[in-house]
Amino acid sequence: MIIRQSHGRILRAQPAELGAEKERLTLPLGLPDLPFHLRLDPLSSAFLLLLGASCAGISMFAAGYFRRGEGAAPGLLCLQYHLFVASMGFVLLADDAYGFMVAWESMAISSYFLVTTQHRIAEIRSAGFIYLLIAHMGAIAILLCFGVLQGGSWQFTFDAMREARLQPGWAAIAFLLAMLGFGAKAGLVPLHVWLPEAHPAAPSPVSALMSGVMLKLAVYGVLRVSFDLLGEPPWWWGLLPLVVGLFTAFYGVVFAAVQTDMKRLLAYSSIENIGLAFTGLGLSIVFLGAGMRLPAALALIATLYHCLNHALMKSLLFLGTGSVLHATGQRNLGRLGGLIHRMPWVAWLTLVGALAIAGLPPLNGFVSEWLLLQSFLFADQIPHSFINMLIPMGAGLVALCAALAGYVMVKFFGVIFLGQPREASLAQAHDCGPLERIGLAWLALGCVLLGLFPVQVIAGLGAVSEQLVGLASPGRGAPWWLLAPVPAGRVSYGPLVFLMATTVVIALTVLLVRLFYHQRIRRGSAWDCGYGRLNARMQDTAEGFGQPIRNIFQSFFWIEREVPSPFDRAPRYWIIIGDRIWRGVYEPLATVVQRLADIVALLQQGRIAVYLLYSFVTLVVLLGLAL
Amino acid sequence: MRLAELVTQVLEIVAALVAAPIFLGWVNQCRAWLQNRRAPSIWLPYRNIRKLFHKDAVIAENASPLFRAAPYVVFGTMVVAAGIIPSMGTRLPLVAAADAIALVGLFATARVFVSLAAMDVGTAFGTLGARREMMVGFLAEPALLMVIFVASLISATTALPAISEHLATQTLGLYPSLAFSAIAFTLVLLAENARIPVDNPATHLELTMIHEAMLLEYSARHLALMEWGAALKLFNYACIGFALFVPWGVATGELGPLGLLVAIPALALKLALAGAGLAVIETVSAKMRVMRAPEFLASAFLFAVLGLLVHVMLGA
Repeated sequence: MIIRQSHGRILRAQPAELGAEKERLTLPLGLPDLPFHLRLDPLSSAFLLLLGASCAGISMFAAGYFRRGEGAAPGLLCLQYHLFVASMGFVLLADDAYGFMVAWESMAISSYFLVTTQHRIAEIRSAGFIYLLIAHMGAIAILLCFGVLQGGSWQFTFDAMREARLQPGWAAIAFLLAMLGFGAKAGLVPLHVWLPEAHPAAPSPVSALMSGVMLKLAVYGVLRVSFDLLGEPPWWWGLLPLVVGLFTAFYGVVFAAVQTDMKRLLAYSSIENIGLAFTGLGLSIVFLGAGMRLPAALALIATLYHCLNHALMKSLLFLGTGSVLHATGQRNLGRLGGLIHRMPWVAWLTLVGALAIAGLPPLNGFVSEWLLLQSFLFADQIPHSFINMLIPMGAGLVALCAALAGYVMVKFFGVIFLGQPREASLAQAHDCGPLERIGLAWLALGCVLLGLFPVQVIAGLGAVSEQLVGLASPGRGAPWWLLAPVPAGRVSYGPLVFLMATTVVIALTVLLVRLFYHQRIRRGSAWDCGYGRLNARMQDTAEGFGQPIRNIFQSFFWIEREVPSPFDRAPRYWIIIGDRIWRGVYEPLATVVQRLADIVALLQQGRIAVYLLYSFVTLVVLLGLAL
Repeated sequence: MRLAELVTQVLEIVAALVAAPIFLGWVNQCRAWLQNRRAPSIWLPYRNIRKLFHKDAVIAENASPLFRAAPYVVFGTMVVAAGIIPSMGTRLPLVAAADAIALVGLFATARVFVSLAAMDVGTAFGTLGARREMMVGFLAEPALLMVIFVASLISATTALPAISEHLATQTLGLYPSLAFSAIAFTLVLLAENARIPVDNPATHLELTMIHEAMLLEYSARHLALMEWGAALKLFNYACIGFALFVPWGVATGELGPLGLLVAIPALALKLALAGAGLAVIETVSAKMRVMRAPEFLASAFLFAVLGLLVHVMLGA
């Protein structure tokens, strides 16, 4: 545990040099003439901060969590866990394509083993397989992307790639490959299918790491390739991440609203958030290409801020579900409820995360949303007609996603922690242990602080925006408590004052009510309309709570269900809500691959004589060709 | 003039606290007149609140602390919101801390807390109300944000008082985009404040109610705060509408007693007219089925987006 903790500390200590002289190191590792190059620049520092901040909490939690067994030998689990964290760190530090790919692949493989910790369950094995498959498709795309980026110099250090002046067409191809490769890791629609399978399958701290940190590395990858390695990207590249990001965000949140498994719900919510991050990234490219550096910096900072926020709040929520899972053995929302009484620590700390991810002020989710919306408000000044009309509409979609995230979080928190327990066994649920509490509290504290001190955070991120878009953090000169990124307008947001005003008003209300009136309180049973037969089954289930969304966005889902007739003696109701993309794209694709494999399998006869014949024929053909 | 600004700020909050129940009473009175009923006193909401404060609170056995905290949070957020909205003057110290997006966030906070509190006791009504409230909210919130965006694109700021000041001090310009926004805003106002045709504030029929279903478990001072909070919410929405669409009369620039002398009667007049208008809308329209509410709100959202589109296309 001490090692884990220090691990987090070291990683968090590094960004102290943020903005200082660029740090480089060449490791005598790897192939003889291909040593690993490492470099610490503001961009990787910002993401290392993200990695360290969330790992500190997650590792603390994991130290307590894995003591109570999750199926695998703890030693092996520890090795994989640390390999995973270390390779994520190396991805951020790598300064050549070779080192990057080695780190990227060890990250994919170690996380695959972590996902399949409980490999005796068939669903978990298949979830792991899908994850590995899509991870490798992505890796191939990234490899090809680096192949294009070296631009004929056959030098694979990032420095050489920065020097290589690519033709616009090749640059666009490199960008597309990067979007494809990193998009597969990020879970952009339609490459998102592994995410809702793999995240629930993994043990909760691993889900937290994957969702909170690993997905952000994909954002890092796109940032690195498009802003750093390719130089200044043309504006129209930005439309791809913008449109895909918006669609992903919307798709993710709509699916999150109808989930009944708490970890799947969070996985879809991660898809939403990664979509929002890509939206900001795309917007930043569009602005930068149009020569508008201030909005570009604003959108870039919104992206980075959102990544940081999401790393903390999603880790917090995943860890919260881990505690619930340990205490109750249930992942199905329909069998939970009322846990706020049994597990107050987990419940209240998770509430912080839920409110933060719902984008409520003064927590951190609101800040990045605010920055993103503010940068959208510049879009009507883009000097390209038509585009400048369409992009502001994206703000509407962002607002819709944010509001739907509120819906999802009310469902998530309300169904798990509030109401009456839906199963009798929940009465035995226990709160989490001290190490888990520290882990959760650390992340919750992060959510609060990132919400209350945005000016300081943005000042820190300024080095990144200076590196990537050539403009340090916007809005200097405002007082330390006031976030005012747009100097021209009178736009500002002061979370501390905001919190103070709200607290003062609430405190005054409480005080006045106590002073002028009595504070008698009686406990009674809930109002049951006089029937006296109120029970826990009458509460909304997760399906019930998601029903309006299912109805409104029906065309998104693949719905199979059986609705009993009123005359049924043994009525049964079931519903399966599937993903149209999975059924429409992946399943036919799998069928085609299977058919092709069957044809190839005809060659495989299993008799040595046949194989010898193959060799003989091949030799004859080769000889014939040679002659 | 810092003192004057502070005075305006406090005055605005106090005025909202005082006027909100009266405004609600006025709407009810107008409604009764239009429906040929004998009107209740305009002070009725006050008496109600007073009565509730004096009662003993009864809360369900399995209610968590969240349930008891929610009324205070809801009331507090609504009071803070009243402090941000420029109902009388546009120079408000609190405004630097929260712009229009934060205002929408405040409303969202209140909504989330009401819904969570409704789910806390775990009755069928509570969860039903919470689900419906969130359904209304997820469409109404972006619609409101889009309405605000149109105005902020026109005035190049998202601070509500600055928007209001910009629109008020302009030589009477016609904004077609704001016309669309006004329609959207009216629909949002009706939906968010649980008015007919989305919800009926006077019903306790389980098939139709949204807001009342969530308050069913509340009693005494908690209920009083919730009711007062709801009245404040209606008042706040009315004031947002004034700030965006009829900003004239609000005290702009450096504040003097003279500005307030105009602003207070102007606000009273606007409130009286808005209340009467609301009563007319509620009287001539029928309550729609809950299933239809999303369509209603989707049209609000689309009107708002249309307003934005009109603005970016016409530049007005």
